[in-house]
Amino acid sequence: MKALVWHGTRDVRCDTVPDPEIEEGRDAIIKVTSCAICGSDLHLYDHFMPGMKSGDILGHEAMGEVVEVGKDNKSLKVGDRIVVPFTITCGQCEQCRRGNFSVCERSNRNKALGDTAFGHTTAGLFGYTHLTGGYAGGQAEYLRVPFADSTHIKVPDGISDEKLLFLSDVFPTGWQGAVQCDIQPTDTVAIWGCGAVGQMAIRSALLLGAKRVIAIDRVPERLQMAEAGGAEVIDYNTESNIVGRLNDMTDGKGPEKCIDAVGLEAHAMGSVDAVYDRAKQAMLLETDRSHVLRQMIMVCRPAGVLSVPGVYGGLIDKFPIGALMNKGLTVRTGQTHVNRWTLDLLKRIEDGQIDPSFVITHTIGLADGPEMYRVFRDKQDGCIKVVIRP
Amino acid sequence: MSDTRHPLASRGAPGGGAYTRHDELARGLGWFSIGLGLLELTAARGLCRALGLRGRETLIQAYGVREVATGVAILMSHDPTPWILGRVGGDAIDLATLATGFEDDNPKKTNLAAATAAVAGVTVLDVICAQGLIGQKRLSPPGAFDYGDRSGFPLPPQAMRGAASDFEPPADFRIPEPLRPWQGGKA
Repeated sequence: MKALVWHGTRDVRCDTVPDPEIEEGRDAIIKVTSCAICGSDLHLYDHFMPGMKSGDILGHEAMGEVVEVGKDNKSLKVGDRIVVPFTITCGQCEQCRRGNFSVCERSNRNKALGDTAFGHTTAGLFGYTHLTGGYAGGQAEYLRVPFADSTHIKVPDGISDEKLLFLSDVFPTGWQGAVQCDIQPTDTVAIWGCGAVGQMAIRSALLLGAKRVIAIDRVPERLQMAEAGGAEVIDYNTESNIVGRLNDMTDGKGPEKCIDAVGLEAHAMGSVDAVYDRAKQAMLLETDRSHVLRQMIMVCRPAGVLSVPGVYGGLIDKFPIGALMNKGLTVRTGQTHVNRWTLDLLKRIEDGQIDPSFVITHTIGLADGPEMYRVFRDKQDGCIKVVIRP
Repeated sequence: MSDTRHPLASRGAPGGGAYTRHDELARGLGWFSIGLGLLELTAARGLCRALGLRGRETLIQAYGVREVATGVAILMSHDPTPWILGRVGGDAIDLATLATGFEDDNPKKTNLAAATAAVAGVTVLDVICAQGLIGQKRLSPPGAFDYGDRSGFPLPPQAMRGAASDFEPPADFRIPEPLRPWQGGKA
């Protein structure tokens, strides 16, 4: 089959690779009908996330039709139409039973690596480094789904792939980012990053009743899409003092809730800490750039909430722990517990409350994937979300 | 939603990589930088003799260290742009150093002129590469793409505020009780 394969830093190719096979009784194989390139795939593309090996198949946002089912899988049958959550979940461990699916205790087959990297293993992820299992990803014609009897979202016919695909990641991720804020009707929610997760977080915060949503980015078309979703926007190309601007917009008090939809590749210009981060990262003295986290901690209203759906992979520096502690901020983080939200979100899509396909800017075939990674990384051609039709 | 199939769909290169020609040029310059640097480090005396720059061996070796470090950084960094710009600066220093050798009593002026021309040529490549790398990351001007109608909502956003208020956040996702409005100790 054809698949998008990682070969090294900024080196993704459309290769012919062996078709996946059933390996365990609970597995299923799907014929991928749609998949997407995620902003967090760019952390792999740029090789900021450790644990990639040449030959790894990328992709953790996929959906398709079940074409083969393992002998122990009683939940799926050939022909079922499913969306595949990016977190692989056994459904049986203590964390899964609590609904903490993204920290499933059994699905990371490289548990020792996960233990070493994070202290304790987290869930296996599709197409996302060997720290999280080294599972083949979904930017391919076929995908093996481990623990498929619990790692799936059955979706009805009659709704387009475009509306459903993002149940795999960015919609529940944006939703969880907002839910983590426990939004009250009096809240101002500031959201850093207007990529796909940021866009979904903006809509989620509005749907959950935030008084105001303020979005921060530098890319004109992303800011325009954020405005279309009901956000006030700050362009940090023209506003260098984000903390000051947010304070001005909130009577000097700061937003009650802050969401980081950027993660480890925070891009900032001109600020001392941004230059510092770039230099330290270039010298391999830190792995992640924490410019957004610093701003959130400093601007958030005391006793407020910081929600971090943006992906971080390793170590950061100059973290304002004093402000975090003394302001009594609550920090909620984590990969998304996808299955915890998807029934509710699927119903909202079916009811027409939201159509997540608004975020799609490019639809391509697999062969165009390598070039599209670059276009997406460089924020060219108005690119916000890429859907691939294998 | 309108058709979102992108023009790239018709011009992909199956099995091809994602490097632009400027990325490829940067990698080439990285390897060139390492090669030149090693030459300067190991054959500084011969180079100085050939160029009539006797007495500058230590300086040439220092330039070699710079070239090797820059080359490694170009090949290993996530974004080679600043290092390519650094090469342009290094080229200027190299040209200035070579210019000091054009004295009447230098018998190797022909070699020096050839070396100067070579460095000037590489400088042009460095400048082209740097401009290309900067250009491919330049953001589109405001208004280049119109996403003003992409709300994702069936109604204007203000009409959708609180539409999901039927959603009950799970207890473990709610603000910690000590940070909720205080009821004076009453439940």
